[in-house]
Amino acid sequence: MWRDALVVAAKDLLIERRSRVAMNQVVPYALVVLLLFGFAFDQQRPLLEQASPGLFWMAVLFAGLLAVQRSFSVETSDGAMDNLRLSGLQPAGIFLGKAAAVAVQLIALEALLTLGVVVLFHTELAGAGLLVASALASTACVAAAGVAYGALSMGLRARETLLPLLLAPVLAPVVLAGTQAWRCALGLSSGDGWRWLGVLGAFAAIYLAGGVLGFGALMEEA
Amino acid sequence: MKKPVAPSSTRLSRVLGWSALVALAVTTWWGLWVSPPDKVQGQFVRILYVHPAVATMCYAGFGICALASIAWLWPRLRSRRWDRLAVAGAEVGAVFCLATLVTGSIWGRATWGVWWTWDARLTLTAVLFAMSLGYLALRRSVENPHSRAMVSSMVAILMLLTVVVDHYATAWWVTLHQNTTLFKPGPTVHGWQLATMLESFVAFGLVFAWMMVHRYRLEMLEERFENEGLSAALAARRAELSGMVRVGEQ
Repeated sequence: MWRDALVVAAKDLLIERRSRVAMNQVVPYALVVLLLFGFAFDQQRPLLEQASPGLFWMAVLFAGLLAVQRSFSVETSDGAMDNLRLSGLQPAGIFLGKAAAVAVQLIALEALLTLGVVVLFHTELAGAGLLVASALASTACVAAAGVAYGALSMGLRARETLLPLLLAPVLAPVVLAGTQAWRCALGLSSGDGWRWLGVLGAFAAIYLAGGVLGFGALMEEA
Repeated sequence: MKKPVAPSSTRLSRVLGWSALVALAVTTWWGLWVSPPDKVQGQFVRILYVHPAVATMCYAGFGICALASIAWLWPRLRSRRWDRLAVAGAEVGAVFCLATLVTGSIWGRATWGVWWTWDARLTLTAVLFAMSLGYLALRRSVENPHSRAMVSSMVAILMLLTVVVDHYATAWWVTLHQNTTLFKPGPTVHGWQLATMLESFVAFGLVFAWMMVHRYRLEMLEERFENEGLSAALAARRAELSGMVRVGEQ
């Protein structure tokens, strides 16, 4: 299963390296979203600083939706999904591989967005351990749930609009917990950030387990 | 007037419907006239006779949807009736979820002074409603009945997870929403207030059951229409064609 996951992740990342869709389209889109948040808050610096963790995770959510759609649009063209089904790779391995590829792209995006938040919203970074750990856990949640729902909506009519409708409510607790963990790490809230990290870890485990168990059936129905 | 060929009502649903109407009338009478105002909340306490019962029916709808979905996924139990039950539960649950949000918002305005606040229980209920809309949209997007049942079952199970988190939200997070008052040892509601609240659970339970029976039968009739509709259309075209041939022969 792990070998299959590596093969699929390497394939997806190679496609991204050659096409550069995430780098040339998704990353600029996420940065534009950050800029627009600045307009929405009327460039009020204290307000932007306070809201920066939430705005960061909203930008990640929007960009994550695009990354997941891209991950499955490469499979729907030219019958690539049929080839993947017939390849003999384990469905759980395909799920983990696709989730890992989306996660790698999201981590790169989050690094750039963090820079954007520091420059645009004047956020001072602190609590590096909690920041990185909660970012990794949230990314695992977005990638796992995204790939599971991406497979689910792959063969559907109007999948472009259905995927955000299905995925956004599922990821709402992740955005909530990720924002709270970052607020604690940045000293914007007095709560226990590690408790929120626990919530994120629990959601990541549930989404990953659900994807590993159900991805085979979803691929058959797609 | 011609009677419908396949109505969604049955003798059971008619009994349920009339019982629900009577129970709702009793709840209204007790809730508005018999039950006294509360010492703290005054007249606003009367929404207590709607909101908790409606919220419980919302959970029941999504719970039935998830359990029926698990039964459908279980190979030995797999049957179309579980899928029908799942969609009935989700749709009726969504109606009660919307009613929960509306009545909760009215109560919030009366007690907290705002129509909406970013509280864990409220936010999770809104998320649950959005998930149920997604579930119903997903069902409308898949034509093949087997695929529809398969993908929607998986979404339903995830919806159950949100129901559980939503239910325990008041215990796990610091929220404005009050904690359990009724279903605990030594409830803090007494007398006519307790009686009316329990009566509201019976009334909305009957409404829920009535809606479930109708929605289940409607799904059954839709399946029948899908199966028989094509045969009926083909028979009608054949009849038209044979009529044309006969005219041509003459």
